[in-house]
Amino acid sequence: MSRRFNYIDVVLWSLRIGIIVIVLWGTVAKLFLGVGNTYTVGNWIDFFVSGLSQGSLYALIALGYTMVYGVLFMINFAHGEFFMGGAMTTTVLVALPLEEAGFLNEFPILSLLAIFITAMAVSIAVAIMTERIAYRPLRRAPRLVPLITAIGASFFWQYFFRGLYGSSLIPFPEFDIFDGKFDFGVFDIQKTDVAVLVTSVVVLALLQLFVQRTKIGQAIRAVAEDKDAATLMGIDVDRTITITFAVGAAMAGVAGVLFAIVFRQLNFIMGFTPGIKAFTAAVLGGIGSIPGAALGGLFLGVIEAIGPPLFLEGLNIPGSHQLKDVIAFTMLVLVLIFRPQGILGEKLAEKKA
Amino acid sequence: MLEINNVHTFYGNIHALKGVTLNVEQGEIVTLIGGNGAGKTTTLRTICGLMAPREGSLTFEGEDITKYKAHELVAKGIAMVPEGRGVFSKLTVTENLQMGAYHRNDRENIRKDIEWAFDMFPRLGERRSQLAGTMSGGEQQMLAVTRALMSKPRLLLMDEPSMGLAPVLVDVIFDAIGDINEQGVTILLVEQNAHMALQVANRGYVLQTGEIVLSDDADALKDDPTVQKAYLGLE
Repeated sequence: MSRRFNYIDVVLWSLRIGIIVIVLWGTVAKLFLGVGNTYTVGNWIDFFVSGLSQGSLYALIALGYTMVYGVLFMINFAHGEFFMGGAMTTTVLVALPLEEAGFLNEFPILSLLAIFITAMAVSIAVAIMTERIAYRPLRRAPRLVPLITAIGASFFWQYFFRGLYGSSLIPFPEFDIFDGKFDFGVFDIQKTDVAVLVTSVVVLALLQLFVQRTKIGQAIRAVAEDKDAATLMGIDVDRTITITFAVGAAMAGVAGVLFAIVFRQLNFIMGFTPGIKAFTAAVLGGIGSIPGAALGGLFLGVIEAIGPPLFLEGLNIPGSHQLKDVIAFTMLVLVLIFRPQGILGEKLAEKKA
Repeated sequence: MLEINNVHTFYGNIHALKGVTLNVEQGEIVTLIGGNGAGKTTTLRTICGLMAPREGSLTFEGEDITKYKAHELVAKGIAMVPEGRGVFSKLTVTENLQMGAYHRNDRENIRKDIEWAFDMFPRLGERRSQLAGTMSGGEQQMLAVTRALMSKPRLLLMDEPSMGLAPVLVDVIFDAIGDINEQGVTILLVEQNAHMALQVANRGYVLQTGEIVLSDDADALKDDPTVQKAYLGLE
């Protein structure tokens, strides 16, 4: 190997340095030269907390991508639809009727419980059907085949739920308990953000316990590493893969309800953008790694919330908040240029490459 | 105990086993020797269900085993130490042993058996909370063997347990094979190290390009001129 730079190295390094210079320049301009609106410390904390809350939603969805990738080395592009299907169904069949009956704000905890359970059940059902009907017969096919199938399954579920619930926006009922803010003096936090954060942390902790401490969790890790050896231990690999899909989908179901509580508008296409963002988060964190997906999600959410006011406004870019997706994917590119395996990812082993 | 009759197995279009017939009796150590690509591993993978034979019959304790899926055979009493050890490198030593006992539900006895494994190989006990991938090849092989025993098999299939090990460790592993057999486990051993294999085994088969070309008592095979020439490196 010669140590001379070739053109690609030069281009890559210019790109790296260029992006970093732009980010630093914007940040300095914003913080020290007072370009654009002035924000108080409270505003910045606001941005940060809402970023964390958005990020924990990404994290919940990203876990489904990363776990399925772990056992099958496949990107399940229909995962956003597991999220959408649960949220839509529970809104139409549970949340709205409960609101009409006046039950919703009378017994908010019970109602929430019913809403979450329905969403998780539907997401799991959709995931298991997709795995059994569309993916399992292709287990030994070349890797592009299940990928294309996943995209097909994604379209199928979008139009299936559009057929069921129509294509117009469906409002999610308002919960009185999530109305308003917690006031901390310098800054305040939306109650919905707190709800999302707390729920996500609890779910993440439960998942960690499940994967590390239970027999089925151990089996999932064993299957992820070596399917033949797992079979020789008496582990039913197909069943374990189905369980992996179900666990990922359950978390997507929880994320769907949280999304509905925060944004309060749903339609059949709602799974697309969060799905792509969560996939980005999974890759950022290192796909296949569970802590990586959680970290990647939080990182992406925070960058999306803080990036536009911090370095885009500093560069005098108008309407910077609408450019948060640009920030998200620039971050992806940046992280992957410096660390192709993602933040917590391992270098691809020969057998996976 | 195990009877294989006229088994043909294919890798895609490659005819890997061309009518293999062999049997293993209760309590024996039987070895299957042969060169690279002779079909030794394929034979074991066919027995434990990872590959399906296209023709022929496999019976274990009088029961047709081709109708079972691979993971169901563990509960029937067949365990395998796969080629290249196949330990779960990102699981701890203890977790690996627990995986070996996956089909069992007697929690208390599983714990005792794990302690028994640590008695048998104290080096595993010292490394019980360590990730299996961080151990040396010999330690991983000890783990692979004890992990297979955790399912309480009556028949143990071993694929090249000595591969890539230092001579001292090869001795340790072969001593263990003898001990395991004395405790009542029947063993079918695939080896390239024919010298060691024939020393520990009661009987042996010689496999060549998918066919059994010789079968006899281990002592007789050791003295057989073709075996000596091809597999023992003697003239």
